[in-house]
Amino acid sequence: MTVTEPPEALRAPLVVEFPFTRSLGPVQSAFLTGLRERTVLGVRTEAGAVLVPPVEYDPATAAELRELVEVAATGTVTTWAWNPEPRPGQPLSTPFAWVLVRLDGADTALLHALDAPGPDAVRTGLRVRIRWAAERAGAITDIACFEPYESTAGNETTAHDGRFEDPVTGIVAPARLDYTYSPGRAQTRYLQGLAERRTVGERCPSCAKVYVPPRGACPTCGVATTDRVEVGPRGTVTTFCIVNIKAKNLDIEVPYVYAHIALDGAGLALHGRIAGIPYDQVRMGLRVEPVWSEDGRYPDHYRPTGEPDADYDTYKELL
Amino acid sequence: MSRDVAIVAFAQSDHRRHTDDLSEVEMVMPVLHDVQRQTGLKASDIGFTCSGSSDYLAGRAFSFTMALDGVGAWPPISESHVETDGAWALYEAWVKLLTGEADTALVYSYGKSSPGSVRDVLTRQLDPYYLAPLWPDSVALAALQAQALVDAGDTDEPALAAIAARSREDARTNPHAQLPGARPQGAYAVQPLRTGDCPPIGDGAAAVILAVGDRARELCERPAWIRGMDHRIEAHSLGVRDLTDSPSTRLAAERAGAFERPVDTAEIHAPFTSQEVVLKKALGLDTGVTINPSGGALAANPVMAAGLIRLGEAAARIHRGESDRALAHATSGPCLQQNLVAVLEGEPRA
Ligand SMILES: [Zn+2]
Repeated sequence: MTVTEPPEALRAPLVVEFPFTRSLGPVQSAFLTGLRERTVLGVRTEAGAVLVPPVEYDPATAAELRELVEVAATGTVTTWAWNPEPRPGQPLSTPFAWVLVRLDGADTALLHALDAPGPDAVRTGLRVRIRWAAERAGAITDIACFEPYESTAGNETTAHDGRFEDPVTGIVAPARLDYTYSPGRAQTRYLQGLAERRTVGERCPSCAKVYVPPRGACPTCGVATTDRVEVGPRGTVTTFCIVNIKAKNLDIEVPYVYAHIALDGAGLALHGRIAGIPYDQVRMGLRVEPVWSEDGRYPDHYRPTGEPDADYDTYKELL
Repeated sequence: MSRDVAIVAFAQSDHRRHTDDLSEVEMVMPVLHDVQRQTGLKASDIGFTCSGSSDYLAGRAFSFTMALDGVGAWPPISESHVETDGAWALYEAWVKLLTGEADTALVYSYGKSSPGSVRDVLTRQLDPYYLAPLWPDSVALAALQAQALVDAGDTDEPALAAIAARSREDARTNPHAQLPGARPQGAYAVQPLRTGDCPPIGDGAAAVILAVGDRARELCERPAWIRGMDHRIEAHSLGVRDLTDSPSTRLAAERAGAFERPVDTAEIHAPFTSQEVVLKKALGLDTGVTINPSGGALAANPVMAAGLIRLGEAAARIHRGESDRALAHATSGPCLQQNLVAVLEGEPRA
């Protein structure tokens, strides 16, 4: 066991990006296709209210809603909030007002952005109209934003069959979230050990099991693991599989072997690739050692040490 | 069969803007140990465990499985997880105990907001067709609600500032609070909400232990009996709702029995000052009720734990004999979309 000062916490950027592909039902498809054609559709409930944006089921009664109507591109602000610092992805990059707008003919309000010179130019009750995006694809962003527009409020609606040429049936909703990942005390120490080509686990003070990589807690005992223990570098293959599918962006020829490896002194196996031996000669009990690539911060793979195989009883608890 | 269920222990972390030095399990574990110490229960003594958290905060899939390491899950335990505030995990545990499947339960939740931008992260819970592509952040949506309240004559900026000031003044006696004491109202974050009207962004964790009947009396001198609990949701679309009211809170409170007799304490989950206005109206809280003596979410708002903390704080006041009948409320979603209400009582004192 070595006691050292707690290391400076590691930090690294972490980007999570996901393009969700979503299909549209009949009402949402008509609404979003309509926006592409500069037509705003709502849906009428059994009670006679017109919902814009439209939904497929009545939020009050859960009744299926299919009766589409066209409403105006002008409307009235029902509430607003001035946004002095637009954030990434928001409709306008200059300061703007978030608004809920009840379009003429609708009974509910649509959320969007209002382009206005400043908060003094915005009030509840302000008359506005849609500013259409120059290029429209069948998405809520086909409305670029709203803009102030003096006009008389109306409540005219016209029936619409919801049919358009080449209807939009799905959307792709891309999202990107940026994080700063920090691994915490235990994993920081583990990663710093790897930078020195050492594998450092932590021992549970209660059951004495050594965890590699350590996460700071013994999942069996529910207590903090704090004693640092260097394990390996050699270890034993406890179990393995032969990979026959080539992974995208991975420059490894198939078939290759992926194995659980119990490093000497560790209380559980970690996983790694086995190389330096034909894939069909890898076996349980094989003794292996890490091979570090030139600039790698973790072992690229493990290779046989040439020692006799480990006795089954020495690793059967680690399977 | 009717079983009485009580909150018998509550613990929370110190809530901080950053906890870079701690992984989630390292943050959660001391809180778990605290409630175990209070009751003398070990992991193997607990009948059911339920947690609440969100992968989107950490940016990692199945992040709760690693926090589970802090519980001590061997021999195998009965365990569940909700991808929302821990108040809903407590609801699940309460139901489990009512069914007779367990006599004790551990409930915990945590949130690390510091790795990402929580305002942006929360946009991903919105309707993906009409709202999420516009990235309306949580402050913006709360500000729309605040303006609706101002227009309706329900509040004004000085009244909101007074709520902020009272909350942070009360938080001076809360050693875990992130923002104790006076803080400038500051510039507009999104008008009409100023920075002072908004909750701090921070990391934190909380845990409670539930027990039934005589087991609760063994574990706690004055258990906080759950007399009723209910949760309700409103329409997803903001433009369909009356943002100045919270009918779901009122209905949940009614079903939880909150209106049968007056409460002396209310721990309500109002991350924004304006939301306290809505909740006070929905719950009919008058001047005789002590509201958020802990400082509430305006003093510490670890996302996914702040609602569970309201239940814990209300229970702890009963444990200490400072309350006889308390209401606890938790919320989730934009503009108070989902609301949970519990009524807690201590046994009459001699
Ligand atoms: Zn252990």
